[in-house]
Amino acid sequence: MIMNMVQAINSALSQEMERDPSVVLLGEDIGKDGGVFRVTEGLYQKFGDQRVIDTPLAESGIVGTSIGMALYGMRPVGEIQFDGFVFPAIDQLINHAARIRNRTRGRFSVPLTLRVPFSGGIRALEHHSDSPETYFVHAPGLKVVVPSGPYEAKGLLISSIRDPDPVVFMEPKRIYRAIKEEVPEEEYTIPIGEAKIVQAGGDVTVITYGAMLKTVREAISTLNDKYSIELIDLRTLSPLDTDSIISSVQKTGRCVIVNEAAKTLGMAAEIIARINEKALLNLEAPVERVTGYDTIMPLPKTEHYYLPNPDRIRQGIEKVMGF
Amino acid sequence: MPAEPVKFAVPKMYQILDENGKCNEAEMPKLTNDELRKIYENLVYARMLDGRILNLQREGRCGTYASSLGQEATQVGSAFALGKDDWLFPYFREIGAHITRGLPMHLYLLYWMGDERGSKVPEGLNDFVISIPVGTQNLHATGVAMAMRLKGDKKAAMVYLGDGATSEGDFHEAMNFAGVFKAPVIFVCQNNQWAISLPLSKQTASKTLAQKAVAYGFDGYLVDGNDVFAVLKVAREAAERAKAGGGPTFIECVTYRMSDHTTADDAGRYRTPQEVENWKKRDPIERVRKYMEVKGLWDEVYEKSVVEKANKMIEDDVREAEATPPAEPDDMFDYLYDKIPKNLADQKAEVLAFLKRGA
Repeated sequence: MIMNMVQAINSALSQEMERDPSVVLLGEDIGKDGGVFRVTEGLYQKFGDQRVIDTPLAESGIVGTSIGMALYGMRPVGEIQFDGFVFPAIDQLINHAARIRNRTRGRFSVPLTLRVPFSGGIRALEHHSDSPETYFVHAPGLKVVVPSGPYEAKGLLISSIRDPDPVVFMEPKRIYRAIKEEVPEEEYTIPIGEAKIVQAGGDVTVITYGAMLKTVREAISTLNDKYSIELIDLRTLSPLDTDSIISSVQKTGRCVIVNEAAKTLGMAAEIIARINEKALLNLEAPVERVTGYDTIMPLPKTEHYYLPNPDRIRQGIEKVMGF
Repeated sequence: MPAEPVKFAVPKMYQILDENGKCNEAEMPKLTNDELRKIYENLVYARMLDGRILNLQREGRCGTYASSLGQEATQVGSAFALGKDDWLFPYFREIGAHITRGLPMHLYLLYWMGDERGSKVPEGLNDFVISIPVGTQNLHATGVAMAMRLKGDKKAAMVYLGDGATSEGDFHEAMNFAGVFKAPVIFVCQNNQWAISLPLSKQTASKTLAQKAVAYGFDGYLVDGNDVFAVLKVAREAAERAKAGGGPTFIECVTYRMSDHTTADDAGRYRTPQEVENWKKRDPIERVRKYMEVKGLWDEVYEKSVVEKANKMIEDDVREAEATPPAEPDDMFDYLYDKIPKNLADQKAEVLAFLKRGA
């Protein structure tokens, strides 16, 4: 069935709730309203207010009570309305959700999924277009998953809900409705921690995730098969699939990494460090980063200056190829 | 008519047993003589173990420790109100509650000695582990209580917080969620007058902490926290109400932190010895002893046996904690996730290889 990402996520939530009565949803305006992006549309009507829980307006409360519910054997799926509002919940995520299995030596665990719409390009308000993913990648005990389209979103979300550990599931809102593709109606899973080789190639490896996959594809199409490009969609940022990255770079010897988040200590920085550790001698050119800048995400009138676009990405590929 | 502000009356602090051991029998919670003795023995064990840990810390055998001295009645009385199926969420100053719930206390020692395995609560005991970030635990207890209600389980969750925690945002969010979802949760606030160096008068402009509950749509009680029977009575009623679908309760237990904040603190820098002396007269254990003596349940022979029994348990706790061999380095990697991810397995191998080379 052809679905956009909103429909695919809705389908994953609905099927997991049918399959497992311990799955409950918590968030702001997710009930009758169906969520500000309509991701939970129809679920309140289908499962009732005991399982699709409209919470007071409090992000730390959503995550903190979800931790409690998870301790009691439920599988809560929380929704944070927008990226910029996840910060009040970071204390609960990092100080508690991420640490509980370790600090109790496995006696307690937190099978919590936190859905966070993130990143820019939708002309939204201030605090509605940020890319805070690496804060979570830096926290031991969390997993961080980012789908790049409807098919990936459904399979990865089902895996996240079933995962025995806390998962921050970051939804690139720019592609909520921008990509439509075939998505199986039945349930399926995509393993967490495995990157996907979107297209195989031998000249250069391009690594990205989330909404940037679509932008990278646009950049590649403008190159008209000038180079044989290996394109990797990370899908999971933590734990990072180092093996897929290293074996690709060992083959191509050249690499461009694209992330929308700020440059300093973004995903690209960590990937370059791992390449240096394991494939430095395979490199034929310095690894290139095409990223957002170390600035505050601009308001809609100038956000296009910030966002990596096909031209910047193509330039990055040319730079690495021309070295 | 001019606009009138919202007002309500704060009742007198609830007390059953006064500091001289005089008891208001009409209000006494129902207790058998065995239960009375158990409560007294828990109070004594709590105080003695607490003192022993302070000594261990001075001898370098335990890490920084937060003493419960003076707050035993709040802790024992509240925890005594719970059933086995109920859940308990401590902060970090609840030695009496842990004892009352039956936590093997060598684990408590092990934690303060700096070993995560002290937080591996035995299966079947629904007690969560110590929470150092202030106020955050209120949401966990509220979440557990929300889940109890969703599942239709007739149980309650009890959570401890200090007076300082009432200033935290998570306190507000937890109280608000608890009220909105009618969660069967009991907030036990150990108002010990001090949050490290900050006195209650600078923590809040509110006359009492108990009145805060009113704003969240449920009942708050102002209780003498050094009166174990008053705490037990109010907590027991709160638990019954919670299990019957009546929602949350907030209990402000007025008590006093007789010790420094922790062994790393010196309370002499910010409070007077006179204040501490005044609170000594309101000791929570002494008054129970006096009450039991009048009832014919206490004499010197009994006291000796209680102390001996506590000493023996404490020696066993200390021996067991100190006999626990240090954790292997594997331990810091093995419990982060259900299954260890490859990157982490590589780092674990790196540490082990490094240690092997060193040897």
